[in-house]
Amino acid sequence: MARKPAKANRRHPLATVVLIAIGLAFTGGGYALFTSTATAQTDTASSTSQSSVDEGKKLFAANCATCHGMSLEGSTAGPALLGVGAASVDFQVGTGRMPLAMQGPQAMEKPPQFTEEQTQALADYVASLSPGPAIPTDDQLTANGNATNGGELFRINCAMCHNVAGAGGALTEGKFAPSLTGVDSKYIYEAMLTGPQNMPVFNDHNITPEDKRDIITYLKYIQNNDSTGGYDLGNLGPVAEGLFIWIFGIGAVVALTVWLTAKSN
Amino acid sequence: MAHDDSSGKDLAATSSGLDGASTGTAVATTDAGHAEADGGLAVIATDTFANPGLPATRHRATDLDPKKARTAQRAVYTLFYISIAGSIFALAAYMAFPITDDLASVRLNSVFLGLGITLALMGIGLGAVHWAKSLMSDEEGEDIRHPVRGTEATRTAAVQIFDEANKESGFGRRTLIRNSLIGALVAFPLPAVILFRGLAPEYNNPAALLETTMWKTGTRLTLDPSGLPVKAADVTIGSAFHIIPEGLNDTPDRLEQKAKAAVLLMRVNVADLKISPGRETWNYDGIVAYSKICTHVGCPVALFEQQTHHLLCPCHQSTFDVNNECEVIFGPAKRALPQLPITVDSEGYLIAQSDFTEPVGPSFWERS
Repeated sequence: MARKPAKANRRHPLATVVLIAIGLAFTGGGYALFTSTATAQTDTASSTSQSSVDEGKKLFAANCATCHGMSLEGSTAGPALLGVGAASVDFQVGTGRMPLAMQGPQAMEKPPQFTEEQTQALADYVASLSPGPAIPTDDQLTANGNATNGGELFRINCAMCHNVAGAGGALTEGKFAPSLTGVDSKYIYEAMLTGPQNMPVFNDHNITPEDKRDIITYLKYIQNNDSTGGYDLGNLGPVAEGLFIWIFGIGAVVALTVWLTAKSN
Repeated sequence: MAHDDSSGKDLAATSSGLDGASTGTAVATTDAGHAEADGGLAVIATDTFANPGLPATRHRATDLDPKKARTAQRAVYTLFYISIAGSIFALAAYMAFPITDDLASVRLNSVFLGLGITLALMGIGLGAVHWAKSLMSDEEGEDIRHPVRGTEATRTAAVQIFDEANKESGFGRRTLIRNSLIGALVAFPLPAVILFRGLAPEYNNPAALLETTMWKTGTRLTLDPSGLPVKAADVTIGSAFHIIPEGLNDTPDRLEQKAKAAVLLMRVNVADLKISPGRETWNYDGIVAYSKICTHVGCPVALFEQQTHHLLCPCHQSTFDVNNECEVIFGPAKRALPQLPITVDSEGYLIAQSDFTEPVGPSFWERS
């Protein structure tokens, strides 16, 4: 750039840096402005289904279409959403996993970006284009099923990833199965039904709606009842428990040994 | 200060004085005594090295100050009283917190019973140690080791006792009695050998048992644990079904059979499957069934990632690629998971074409 002295006078050596900074500020600011305006769009709850669908269409075009395509066809940046159903949209948007903050091993849970009405509108819009699993009704979610049956089904179908106590666990290449403690019954049900991200699908032929209710009952039961075996150390399994006993158990043995062998003052 | 009886007399003078010269003499005297018994062969060295002696006793605060001693005494008996209180508390807790049908009662019972017993035992233990450390005499003493070898007289006497016993019992003379006793002792452990052998699969070659599973031609794939058959149409893409063979729940050795026959059924896009020659008909429209028993050490492999098609074993992170016939892509497993050939019957239910074509689970010696 500054090879010839004649040209060096025309541009300050720091000009490039300043230009880049200004450019970054504009794009970043513009992006922030754009996303916040999109979020702040009308959130009037529409009672009729059609107006909800229209509202959802607008929200979808503003927030989702870049990756998922204008007509849900998908792109290289995101999968097609044809046939995913309202349940999937409600789970992904309602738990804040969508819209993505950034590309990564898996979409992270975060404070939802949309209100419940906006989430419902998006779900209605996606469901209006192609059929798919619906959002579960309240009577499918009451945790008054058979916790024993739910526990057995959980151990067979879920515990290998989510841990026997639902504490979550690691998968491959940075992915993980999240903890199920404190998760809303609706989202547990929707996750089983739709198989978000790398979770397999457990459709109603595999785990019937009654079985799903039993699993939710079991999860709520272990969440609301203390571990009978005493302090559970987060139920993280043998590594955490082994580390605890190595540090505190062996530490206590060492301390007692030092006391035993030291001469009193 | 305790001394053992044989050398105590020799060392009475040295135990209090502890100066190098007198100890040296005492040791030399002891050695000389034994050397005499051994026929004078031992070399007596009186000055091999100087005895460094023991450092002067440092007295504890409780030795010097009677007030401190009283405090320590109080601490010790308080600990013993705490132990008594702990025992009574444990008894009371046992009565006050019985185990009922409510699982929370188990927690209360264990916590309070455990607390009481801990106090009872820790009180005794800590009290005893504190007593020994602070109040019991801690002055250093010195004991000289016995020679290991006995005197000739003792050794001769011992041999005589054995000889006499042999003569009186007739052990060496009545050979029939002696040999039958040895025979009885040899036969005695035999039942234990047979009993332990009985823990292994009886009347069966273990290798043959491990080579086959419950799956047979036409066995329906059923859901674990309900045993309901699965229709191919119900298995949507991205699904994972945990499968047991039909009739497993009615078998007497249900768990043994399940440990070999457990299967994970998944459906992936049929275009993504890489199928080797000979396995073209083993999947049904992208529905594939693989043994759930890891080929490393036999953990259940069931962590299926529906987008990456990785199948992960939770024990040692062996990872299998479902799209590529469950070949190992990471971890300690050495072989691909065995695939169960499946098809559908006339009613649309999934059935096995045959048993697994290779033994499931980890390697064993007779595996070909």
